[in-house]
Amino acid sequence: MLAFIIRRLAQSVLVMLFVALIAFVVFRYVGDPIASMVGVETRLEDQAIMRDRLGLNDPVIWQFLRFIGNAMQGEFGISYRLQQPVTELILSRLPATLELAFASATIAMVFGLTLGVFTALKPKSFLTGFVMAVSLIGVSLPTFLIGIGLIYIFAVELGWFPSFGRGETVQIGAWRTGLLTESGLRSLVLPAITLSLFQLTLIMRLVRAEMLEVLRTEYIRFARARGLSQRAIHFGHALKNTLVPVITITGLQLGSVIAFAIVTETVFQWPGVGSLFIVSVQVVDVPVMAAYLMFIALVFVLINLIVDILYYVVDPRLRVDAGSGK
Amino acid sequence: MKKVMTRLGLALLSTTMIAGTASAETIRWARASDALTLDPHSQNQGVTHNFAHHIYETLVDRDEEGTLQPRLATEWELKEDDPTVWVFRLREGVTFHDGAEFTAEDVVFSLDRARSEASNMRQLHVEVAEVRAVDDYTVEVQMTGPSPLYPNNLTNTFIMDKDWSEANDVVEVQDYAAGEDNYAVRNTNGTGPYILQSREVDVRSVLTLNENHWAEDTPAVTEIIYLPIADNATRIAALLSGEVDLVQDVPVQDIERLQATQGVKIETGPENRVIYFGYRFGEEPLASSNVTDANPFNDPRVREAMELAVDRDAIAQVVMRGQALPTGVANPPFVAGWTEELNAYPAVDLERAQELMNEAGYENGFTVTLDTPNNRYVNDEAISQAVVGMLGRIGINVTLASRPVAQHSPLVTNNQTDFYLLGWGVPTFDSAYVFNDLVHTKEGSYGAYNGGLYSNPELDAKIQSLGTETDMEVRDATVAEIWQTVKEERVLLPIHNQVLAYAMRDDITLPVHPENQPLLTSLTFAD
Repeated sequence: MLAFIIRRLAQSVLVMLFVALIAFVVFRYVGDPIASMVGVETRLEDQAIMRDRLGLNDPVIWQFLRFIGNAMQGEFGISYRLQQPVTELILSRLPATLELAFASATIAMVFGLTLGVFTALKPKSFLTGFVMAVSLIGVSLPTFLIGIGLIYIFAVELGWFPSFGRGETVQIGAWRTGLLTESGLRSLVLPAITLSLFQLTLIMRLVRAEMLEVLRTEYIRFARARGLSQRAIHFGHALKNTLVPVITITGLQLGSVIAFAIVTETVFQWPGVGSLFIVSVQVVDVPVMAAYLMFIALVFVLINLIVDILYYVVDPRLRVDAGSGK
Repeated sequence: MKKVMTRLGLALLSTTMIAGTASAETIRWARASDALTLDPHSQNQGVTHNFAHHIYETLVDRDEEGTLQPRLATEWELKEDDPTVWVFRLREGVTFHDGAEFTAEDVVFSLDRARSEASNMRQLHVEVAEVRAVDDYTVEVQMTGPSPLYPNNLTNTFIMDKDWSEANDVVEVQDYAAGEDNYAVRNTNGTGPYILQSREVDVRSVLTLNENHWAEDTPAVTEIIYLPIADNATRIAALLSGEVDLVQDVPVQDIERLQATQGVKIETGPENRVIYFGYRFGEEPLASSNVTDANPFNDPRVREAMELAVDRDAIAQVVMRGQALPTGVANPPFVAGWTEELNAYPAVDLERAQELMNEAGYENGFTVTLDTPNNRYVNDEAISQAVVGMLGRIGINVTLASRPVAQHSPLVTNNQTDFYLLGWGVPTFDSAYVFNDLVHTKEGSYGAYNGGLYSNPELDAKIQSLGTETDMEVRDATVAEIWQTVKEERVLLPIHNQVLAYAMRDDITLPVHPENQPLLTSLTFAD
């Protein structure tokens, strides 16, 4: 067990280093940070002085090593754009992203499960056909279009929800939350729905497929033969057995919800790490971009690690294989 | 809570687009981006200065016509017997937000800080040799030579309190490389009309009226809530839903629709920024052209043909939807040296253009690559696309290479482009600023953005004389001569001046500022 975890950890570190390296190579091609920092009217010699001060004239490999060295100590430098420590910036933006991600994951789970079970149990119902058709739209429409559409209907036309921002927030220790104020909760509704739609339809279709599969199995027929109530069969036996793959997928999807909240955050001016990243890309704020990419890599690596360990715990077959290096 | 409910009720009851408004004195002001920093000397960037102007003040300021106005300085003049010394007389009875008195030592300190090594304002003060206080309300600035236009460079150099800066260890401007966090990046102590109450970067900043401000007229706006909203559609939606009162960065394509929307109005005005094309001069063949034995752009007939083929009016009407002022000179109308004659541009004449191309020996045209930014100026990429089509009509086959400004700008400064689009703002409101960087031969600190490497020694001599000429009549004549040559030789291909548009709820009025730096003290409410 311990050897397995250590090996996984070592692999994770390698992945992180690789992400850092790729990020650094890419940064060479995103443009000149000075050009977006100073505006076109700044004299060239002043730009040269600035470039020098930022260490941009050093060889790439030296910049990379310096970055890795600092990153090990949790130090990601100062944002070119905002002149604040990057670690601090990302940590201050993280609560907004996490709250949005968990809110949308909850919506996706609750509605995805309910609708999935419903459409599996009543495959011939008119409502099922309707839900399935609408879910296709949910999967195929791009997020920004859904976001803009929701803003237009619910903020501009109806005026029910705010069109942007996070509303009033409350600072609890290091965590700035929007969940405790009315305007904060109202602000959460539209972005959370926008971000959840894709996962919702994914979970719904997954649950429905698994459920239909399970309902055809022998043990469900036996349960029916034994005269168990529909309720006990559907929810006690069928649903429970569909949940294993669903939980796996949902867990892995949580990572991508955090990572791909970028579009939703931009559309709704949600002050999370995703919108911070987009603005940073536009102005070539390399320290923030680097730190963000490392952070997202860390999220994925951690979630995968946890899933791997869970598998190991749940599935006895893996334990046998562990010795052979898999 | 009550406000929210009222707003909700209003929105449900009324069929208009605007749902409720905040109290009469609060203005919720949305822009595309946030100020980068609160340190007044750290960044030379428009959005940052615009925000800072509400908290800090400068010695002199520009009004909506672009003329210099007294602010913390009440009078300024060249010293009688010495044209290398500027004398500034300071406003008396001004206090900083923390109550400290504003005196000459603060000005000396701030100007020295602004021209220090780590400051990005230093380029505006390179000609300063020394700043000294004569008495509590008089400051002398010793220049390295005659600098008749130095006060023009002071409109964005803010004055900090010396004692406050020393007490909070912000005597130096933040140095990125050192990796430290500077107190002045997040805290302020200015003399301006508003005091910073709270700030969440990229989210919201709240400013309230400074009751002790020196100005006689109290501004109508008592509270400003500054809200950066990056996405264009969301920013406009926030105005339509009544969540903000004023949108400063309005996308061109939304102007028409907003004008037709009830409860919203648009203010427009020319910006101090000209959009132009530059081309490569010299004998050497173009890198991106199929003509390999000569440089077609070096032939004046080709440049004339191009000018005759480009339809500026069509660009203004179609691409810019009327939000542009076509021009025949690469000089915004606010800038000294601009005239109606220079601004005139020839009507499109394709026949004559083709004749000129034939005379130059390019009956079959030629190919060339046009480099354009796609996120810097209003519809920059679309303008270039239009020009590609227009030049195609006289056989010039243009390939468009579109890049973000961070990648486009180095092409121009490193002379790696044959044909490029660029915009030029003139913060000093003086033609010399255009000549120094766009027309003068690229050498030393001159010609930084002369990416086409135009070179005319005769003009260079005249341009250099502008820096030290103290006789204004002689200087104006020289400026006129230089413009004449630039226009005749078609050194640049000017297209138009950008127009700014602000959108706001219809009971307030904020006039457009030519440098896009409106002060909310100039905002008025309808009765």
